[in-house]
Amino acid sequence: MHIVIIGNGVTGITAARFLRKGSSHKITVVSSESEHFFSRTALMYIYMGHMKFEHTKPYEDFFWEKNKIDLVFDHADRIDSDSKSVHLRSGKVLNWDKLIIVTGSKPNKFGWPGQDLDGVQGLYSKQDLELMEQNTAGIKKGVIVGGGLIGIEVAEMLHSRGIEVTMLVRESGYWNIVLPEEESALINAEIRDHHIDLRLDTELKEIRSGNDGRASAVVTSTGDVIDCQFVALTAGVSPNCDLAKASGLETGRGIQVNRYFETGTPDVYAAGDCAEFTEVPEGQMPVEQLWYTGRMQGEALARILLGDRKKYDRGIWYNSAKFFNVEYQTYGQVPPVLPEGYGSFVWQHPQKRVLFRVVYRTGDKGVTGFNVLGMRLRQAVCEKWIRDNESVTSALEHLGEAVFDPELFSMHENAIIAAWNEANTGNPVKLKKKRGLYGVFQFLNMQKA
Amino acid sequence: MNKVSILKTIRFAGILFFMVSVFIFIFVVSYSQFNITEEVIREAVTEDHHLEAILPLTGDITGQTYESRRTLIADLTRIFEKADEGLSNNEKMWSYTQGVYRMNIMKKSVTGFLPGNELLFLYQTIIAGCIAALMFILPGYWLRRPGIDNDGVYHRSVSNRGWIGITLGLMLVAFYVFIYWYPEYIVNWIILVDPLSRALSGNPASQWFLYGVLYTLAILVMGVRMFIRYRHSNYHLVRTGSVMFFQLGFAFLLPEILVALNQPYYDFKDLWPLNYDFFYGWQIDQFLQSGSLGMFMLISGIGLSLVGVPVLTYFYGKRWYCSWVCGCGGLAETLGDPFRHLSDKTLKAWKAERWIVHGVLVLVVVMTAATLVNYFSNYQLLGGLTQQLQQWYGFFIGAAFAGVIGVGFYPWMGSRVWCRFGCPLAAYIGLVQRFKSRFRITTNGGQCISCGNCSTYCEMGIDVRWYAQRGQNIIRSSCVGCGICASVCPRGVLRLENGPEEGRFNEPAAFDLSEDKVKVNF
Repeated sequence: MHIVIIGNGVTGITAARFLRKGSSHKITVVSSESEHFFSRTALMYIYMGHMKFEHTKPYEDFFWEKNKIDLVFDHADRIDSDSKSVHLRSGKVLNWDKLIIVTGSKPNKFGWPGQDLDGVQGLYSKQDLELMEQNTAGIKKGVIVGGGLIGIEVAEMLHSRGIEVTMLVRESGYWNIVLPEEESALINAEIRDHHIDLRLDTELKEIRSGNDGRASAVVTSTGDVIDCQFVALTAGVSPNCDLAKASGLETGRGIQVNRYFETGTPDVYAAGDCAEFTEVPEGQMPVEQLWYTGRMQGEALARILLGDRKKYDRGIWYNSAKFFNVEYQTYGQVPPVLPEGYGSFVWQHPQKRVLFRVVYRTGDKGVTGFNVLGMRLRQAVCEKWIRDNESVTSALEHLGEAVFDPELFSMHENAIIAAWNEANTGNPVKLKKKRGLYGVFQFLNMQKA
Repeated sequence: MNKVSILKTIRFAGILFFMVSVFIFIFVVSYSQFNITEEVIREAVTEDHHLEAILPLTGDITGQTYESRRTLIADLTRIFEKADEGLSNNEKMWSYTQGVYRMNIMKKSVTGFLPGNELLFLYQTIIAGCIAALMFILPGYWLRRPGIDNDGVYHRSVSNRGWIGITLGLMLVAFYVFIYWYPEYIVNWIILVDPLSRALSGNPASQWFLYGVLYTLAILVMGVRMFIRYRHSNYHLVRTGSVMFFQLGFAFLLPEILVALNQPYYDFKDLWPLNYDFFYGWQIDQFLQSGSLGMFMLISGIGLSLVGVPVLTYFYGKRWYCSWVCGCGGLAETLGDPFRHLSDKTLKAWKAERWIVHGVLVLVVVMTAATLVNYFSNYQLLGGLTQQLQQWYGFFIGAAFAGVIGVGFYPWMGSRVWCRFGCPLAAYIGLVQRFKSRFRITTNGGQCISCGNCSTYCEMGIDVRWYAQRGQNIIRSSCVGCGICASVCPRGVLRLENGPEEGRFNEPAAFDLSEDKVKVNF
């Protein structure tokens, strides 16, 4: 059997790797972005000079041949599902028995005047990065449109080169469609500390062009005109359906699939950023655009193709990011605005940018999620607590088991518990002195049995 | 002027002053004339029977003024060789004492601007260089925010194998070549630190004292850089403080103080087999002739190597030595930090590493065994072989590998070339760490985004990401536990931990699909 995978991002490559592990099928991966798999999340570090492109490749170049995964550096123009073939730009035609479409995303553009000028771009692909390198060479000022994960990355990138940055954010706080108020406020402060001109409640109205046809200024919804030489459009990404549309596959926001990644066309699958689930369990999203979900989907799809036909379920949610110097981790459900029946406890360090939040059901006190900023938690422990509906007081008592900060770092457990006891009447919570791996092992093993 | 531009001006001035002091340093060493007199020779040659043999041969050099060091060295060597011919084996100077006398004569016969101005030039070169370096380093406290900042590492010539880096590397290589094989050519530098050496131990400085001074200063000054650069992390602050303490106290000051007290020169933390001459005959004799302190040195050295190493490594991993105590590690973690990312991460390099470093371990064990057999047979057995092995090992491993390549190649191959490919102690501790230890780097479930920062900044060239992205703990013999991988990780995936051995090696975790949750194989 020949399995052709269109796209070499994390979803496609994870699928290829698990397919190779579990079968001897012929596997071909087609990409026009890069010859070898690289980590998209690391593009910013290349620009900032932390790494070179070669360092972002998770596998050495010999890996693919050794594992008999054929790589084709070419662009897929059209799929012919009747003859089970895919037409490449070079004129070559690949025949497949199963086809996986993992074409990822494209930066959003919302029809702003001037959005296609030179010097205006999004940041998603390797080519985008190369373009950004050219677009920002020797410039003084850039404007970022959109306050999400990519927006803050671009801000950090420009900042690292000493380029002045103005960031236009539609919302009243950074990323507060996802982050609760305190978290968002903390990140606002972190952004401003880096001398980024953060403008909240502000949208882009138009991008003006200079005499040379390049972007020269933006006009905001508040009427301000900001001179600049570069505009980054980072108001989210949308599924890249170009190939699917050109080939007559069913698309909505993305390429439509069921929970088994099956498109309406037999033997054609789609996964990762480009896929849109037609059936969405409560609390989940039809389009998942994260590194982690891409990787999980790739693995789940490979298992399905290997005969283990089970519905994709991403399990207990987790995500992470780094906003300038502040690390962020989230586990389970921490909505920005609490629904009825949920309580939330948040602690912040009086001086440093450290925050801990736990969300729980007010009824049975079972924890549903954690947010941390400037602090690290152990995923296995948090997941277990959430899955087992551990009570918030018990979780706090054993917080040491969840802390994943480096050795010799100052402990915040006592301060967190003192704050909880102050805010909550009833039996005071006491920290169980059982920090360290031994306690974690005992805890996890006990729960396993 | 605002604060930032003032700070930047200070940094710029620091670079300028540093270059000036390097320039003066090189100028100092390049100019010299030597006036050879009988008095100089009498002062320099400390053993009477050597003096008796030498003096009659020095007729044509006394009273001469040498412009060329090469000619002087050649003349002196010729005279010493000839003097040795007339002496019995027990009385001969051999090449070691010849070197000491040659150096002494040159130091005492130097004329020109240096004699009388040693302190002035010490100040203008080494001390001014340190101050200039600190002028560059200290403003970082206000210019850099706490946190990982690797901006521009691959854009700068010095840290990206550019011409500045290569020049720096060549200068380091040249320095090592002089120190090891041509110390007479840098006699003026040794004169500079003479006052310091006399103050500490009462003895004149040798090239090794000069080396110790510069080595210690490099660790201290660049240690300050580490304090600023990693001030958000207690782990890095404490381990940097630790290597600075062990270098200054144990490697530099204590041995000099011991000498001042008429005890053997000894660094208590320089363990066999890194300290490969620990079991050499002259060293053992020295221990045995130095009373209870000598005995303590002998026993503590053997005890630490054979018992301390495995026990401490069992509890804390290799890091207790390699990135907290060791001098080579201390230099790598301070002076070497700007070059740490230049290590080779390929599988090929790992394969080469395992052959070479364990090869050196075998070599040092064979050499030490031969040395001991030779010693306990009263130099009757394996004498010639031992001498050959010791000479080869000292030249190829002790000097060329550890020094010239180990440090000289920082700007080309990263800061741990010696520790990774050459150090037999690292190989030995590594075997313990790999097979019997509580230390591991834990991977935090499925949080890895494969960005590659951990692998890039691993000075030992471990492909940390390979494990992290599979959700697997990192257990590698070469890991020195510097903790930088965990610091540069943008997602909090890695943690250095000591814990129960059970489940230390975990299976690669599948990710958290609901039917097959993250396998937590603790």
